[in-house]
Amino acid sequence: MAEDKTVATTASDGVRILVEHVNFYYGRTQALRDINLAIHANKVTAFIGPSGCGKSTLIRMFNRMNDLVPNTRAEGRLLLDGRDILAPGTDVVELRRRVGMVFQKPNPFPKTIYENLSYGLRINGIRDKHVIEEKVVRALQRAALWDEVKDRLHDSALMLSGGQQQRLCIARCMVVEPEVILFDEPCASLDPISTKRIEDLILELKEYYTIVIVTHNMQQAGRVSEYTAFMYLGELVEFGLTEKLFTVPKDKRTEDYITGKFG
Amino acid sequence: MKRATLDQKIGFGLLYLSILLTLFFLGAIIYFIAVRGVGIISWQFLTETPRKAMTAGGVAPAIVGTFYLTIGAVLVALIPGIACAIYLCEYSPKGVAMNVIRVSINNLAGVPSVVFGLFGLSVFCKYMGFGVSILAGALTLGILILPGIISAAQEALLAVPQSLREASLALGATQWQTIRKIVLPAALPGILTGIILGVGRAAGETAPIMFTAATMYKRGYPTSIFSETMALPYHIYALMTEGTRPKEQTAIAYGCALILLVLVLLISAIAIYFRQKQRGASYGGR
Repeated sequence: MAEDKTVATTASDGVRILVEHVNFYYGRTQALRDINLAIHANKVTAFIGPSGCGKSTLIRMFNRMNDLVPNTRAEGRLLLDGRDILAPGTDVVELRRRVGMVFQKPNPFPKTIYENLSYGLRINGIRDKHVIEEKVVRALQRAALWDEVKDRLHDSALMLSGGQQQRLCIARCMVVEPEVILFDEPCASLDPISTKRIEDLILELKEYYTIVIVTHNMQQAGRVSEYTAFMYLGELVEFGLTEKLFTVPKDKRTEDYITGKFG
Repeated sequence: MKRATLDQKIGFGLLYLSILLTLFFLGAIIYFIAVRGVGIISWQFLTETPRKAMTAGGVAPAIVGTFYLTIGAVLVALIPGIACAIYLCEYSPKGVAMNVIRVSINNLAGVPSVVFGLFGLSVFCKYMGFGVSILAGALTLGILILPGIISAAQEALLAVPQSLREASLALGATQWQTIRKIVLPAALPGILTGIILGVGRAAGETAPIMFTAATMYKRGYPTSIFSETMALPYHIYALMTEGTRPKEQTAIAYGCALILLVLVLLISAIAIYFRQKQRGASYGGR
């Protein structure tokens, strides 16, 4: 950990993740083509684009989640705080502790609310009950879930509503204190009110974390992000400040997509 | 009535009929065994050793023997069975070699039990020198129920949503932590179901213990895992095929069958209790 800080040179210019000439293949199918971009620290970066454009594939490279898919291959460099996480010998367990992920469908463990959060601490070797309790409470508070669950911490997490489950998953992710949080379409299965709560939460959380969010919903990208990347057919078509990308898109395809001509 | 509606009525009717038929046979088995067996059941029958060439006294040594053999078989098969399933589902690379292993395990399940009996005789009794003993019988029965436990555990593991594994790994858990703390607990009810089925099989099989563990008539109880033992299924077989007093022997055989049924139910009940407890912990919460 201390070692990581010494190589964190690029963090000084506000870049947390640097993607350089990244290609990705599922078997023979190329899913990503020569992607280059920079994710800024403590900002929200949104990835938009039609289904199958590669946005989920790309963010799942940031925590090497694609390793679980057989027959895949990655090329290029992906620098987290200056260190290439695609390099052989990367400790993926350590990487995933630093780069957390919230998934499309809420996926709480079939355990109690409390155990869902304490799990991440226990696997990292924290045994002290007081420390665990303190961190669990803080994560629930930060995820704006504490008031709703404080009286039933030892009930099953599966008893919560979909929106509550997703906030629990966000809390579960935060409890291990990652530096980056990846949101893979976190509101895809939620109603508008739950969606609003998650969006509000993301806006609050960028104070503490670097946030990357994949979304189908352009309005959502507009509401929560500082930077937006538009991807199409495995290519990064346009990347820039959200405000600019939505008001004066440079590429015809971006314009067509955000004005609803396709997608 | 519309054609489609009529078709549906007939379809549902057939399904309903099948269930009735199955329940009927199940009920009939329990009813006849119970009616014929219950008369002979007494405290003495349950707790005493056989007398007068198996035509009087009790069958306690056979009950105890079956209990030992069944528990022994489950102990033999449990850890390797679950370990195999974990390896096949969670670790192994997908490929031709793995398919061969899978098919082999399924074939092992289809091997007739008398073949297991001969295998046990030659390997455990003779080659390894355990003789006709509880140990040899439990090992043979353990191998017999191993494929069933492996496939049940495999199915249970496959039924655990991939999203739970991803959630755990994304938190920085190792694959081993994920399996031990998330996947296995979620799969446990299914695995226990497999063990229950294994218990029923191990308790009821006659052929595998015929040459490896069972003896027709023993005055006392087994004294160690190297003792030969009486066992309920083999005792039933012996009562119905040998001896000179068929009338008394048949009555005792039905009594033994009833006890065997109840014993299997009891062992299963223990497993069901743990399964419910586990489900409660996962879903009930309170």
